[in-house]
Amino acid sequence: MSSEANAAGLDRDRLIWIYTQMLRIREFEERVKGTFEEHPGAIRGHTHLADGAEASIVGSLAALRDGDQVLATYRCHGYPLALGTDSKAMMAEIYGKSTGLCGGFGGSMHLVDVERGFLGTSGIVGQGIPHATGAAYAAQIRGKGQVVLSFFGDGASKQGAFAESLNIASLWKLPVVYVMENNNYNVVTRSDQEDANAAAGEPLAVKAKAYSMPGVTVDGGDPLAVYDVMRDAVERARSGGGPTLVESKVYRLSAHGNIIAPPGVPLHYPEHEAITVFGNREEYEAALRGDPVPRFRARLIEDGTLDAAQADAIAEQVHTEMQAAVEFAWESPLPDPSEAVNHVYA
Amino acid sequence: MSHELPYIAAIGEAIQLEMERDPTVLYFGQNIATTDDDPFLTAFGPDRVRVTPISETAEIGMAVGAALAGYRPVVELYMAEFMLVAMDQVVNEANRFHYMSGGKVRVPLVLKAGYGFTAGWAGQHTGSIYGMFVGVPGLKVALPATAADAKGLMATAIRDDNPVCFFHHYLLTLEHGEVPDGEYLVPFGVADIRRPGKDVTIVATGWCVDRALNAAERLSAEGIEAEVIDPRTLAPLDTRTILESVGRTGRLVLVDQSTRHGSVSAVIAAEVADEGFGLLRAPIKQVTALDATIPYSEPMEAYILPDEDKIVTAVKQVVGQAPVAAKT
Repeated sequence: MSSEANAAGLDRDRLIWIYTQMLRIREFEERVKGTFEEHPGAIRGHTHLADGAEASIVGSLAALRDGDQVLATYRCHGYPLALGTDSKAMMAEIYGKSTGLCGGFGGSMHLVDVERGFLGTSGIVGQGIPHATGAAYAAQIRGKGQVVLSFFGDGASKQGAFAESLNIASLWKLPVVYVMENNNYNVVTRSDQEDANAAAGEPLAVKAKAYSMPGVTVDGGDPLAVYDVMRDAVERARSGGGPTLVESKVYRLSAHGNIIAPPGVPLHYPEHEAITVFGNREEYEAALRGDPVPRFRARLIEDGTLDAAQADAIAEQVHTEMQAAVEFAWESPLPDPSEAVNHVYA
Repeated sequence: MSHELPYIAAIGEAIQLEMERDPTVLYFGQNIATTDDDPFLTAFGPDRVRVTPISETAEIGMAVGAALAGYRPVVELYMAEFMLVAMDQVVNEANRFHYMSGGKVRVPLVLKAGYGFTAGWAGQHTGSIYGMFVGVPGLKVALPATAADAKGLMATAIRDDNPVCFFHHYLLTLEHGEVPDGEYLVPFGVADIRRPGKDVTIVATGWCVDRALNAAERLSAEGIEAEVIDPRTLAPLDTRTILESVGRTGRLVLVDQSTRHGSVSAVIAAEVADEGFGLLRAPIKQVTALDATIPYSEPMEAYILPDEDKIVTAVKQVVGQAPVAAKT
């Protein structure tokens, strides 16, 4: 419970904000997942969910202040939600509607909300890391104390883009925090099958040593533990101390993505790869028992921040919000096809 | 008013002027500004001018990020082939962000790279690989052939709100030319008719423009007047000027240092066949590099590349003064 003491700086409103954002992300992802049955065919292509990573996402973003910026991967629904992006516009984007956040040009993998500091994503593993590093270079030049968070997965840390970016960020002392959400799987490959550090039984945060920056491993299922680590890393970045690599250990509660199938075959979310590929149902069920959302709820009730009725009321309010988001997305018009040739060039 | 400058210095002048004009212009890359007396470093300081490691993915990717955050980076990449190790950032990141965001973000950046060092640099530093970037949605491609265009196209590239690949030819590096003083912009998508002529249109790019002009002089002595057009930017491509010229001459020869099937001449040939077939009085001829890697040894290198003799032969074929070979 050390994180409780460390997180003493968070007041009740902030704790409730964290819980509410975690619930919003969970509910949003549940609704996206449910769409494959509720509105079959409405969501096309590949969709990647953040359920299981809510504590890591919100605990990280809680360490930011206005003007800071965030870049992430194709598993990107959680960040803009917590940064304040309209859930209706997000869901409509995922439904490919003209009212979508990006007008239906981007879809699930390519959400952008510059006004709220969410500069964008790359759908290619690891390739968003240099973008965040460049935004941090811009922040350094601008000299207004902005910090950039770069979110990516454990798989990305084997990309050249990771190595090249961390080297430059450390060399130039850029105001960036690299948040590696380690869910222990890249698609259907376990980390110990493809990562030398994991195979050697070491945390992936040891990679930071090669770039002469701090590397920290944290329980990504505990938003206060994440906040605690991120607050220090963000402060270090803001004060000119340079980047930090934070390995946030999470468990993705859905499969890597929905089933990819040719038209005519209904898309759906399969079970997690621990079950479907490795036959390890117990691993998955243990992860469910440690689900960060009910875990944080229980903690807030236990320490008196919320009572059960208040927690239920938040859940009801979040449910209502996401129901409205789905209805808005479903009822919104599709784009005019000829829109497709707009925005090729600025 | 103008002054004489080598091609490469004209590019530097444009970068310098744009950096003076706009504090958001950055200049970084490999092997620049490594000493305290570097002129860019002394003029603009270490925030805006930085040497990077040999890390093309990070260099180009960071340019994307800095551009998203409001700056206008110029990345010094030295050689066009070095972009290949970072291809995702060039053709799948920088060019797509504006589109995928539904127009919410812009990625103004310039990738400056030399190409075509066909002076014994062998297989991996001699390619004319600009064709790979033409037809990539969201990318613009500039290919200056003169010192003045080098300056004017670079200034325009820096002010453009899109990612621009600016390819300068290594064999033109020290070619001198008259360059307009002060602010000078060459618009993108506007071809330059370098020599008027009524009998045949020659469209040439980059280093091939001077070869085409020399060939045109030789042909003129034999009574054939060739119009020589330099598109100057390949994306956007000024097909209108080319079609209008073909409308006057009825004949088209395309000269391009790229491999035949990776060339922009193939694109121009297709556009003219599509939109201007009725204007043609003879088949279109392409004078390109052969579909091979550039070899090291000089006679083999020369064999692969387009030259004046090959251009003259192709022109004589389309005007009916030479037998048509199976392939130029």
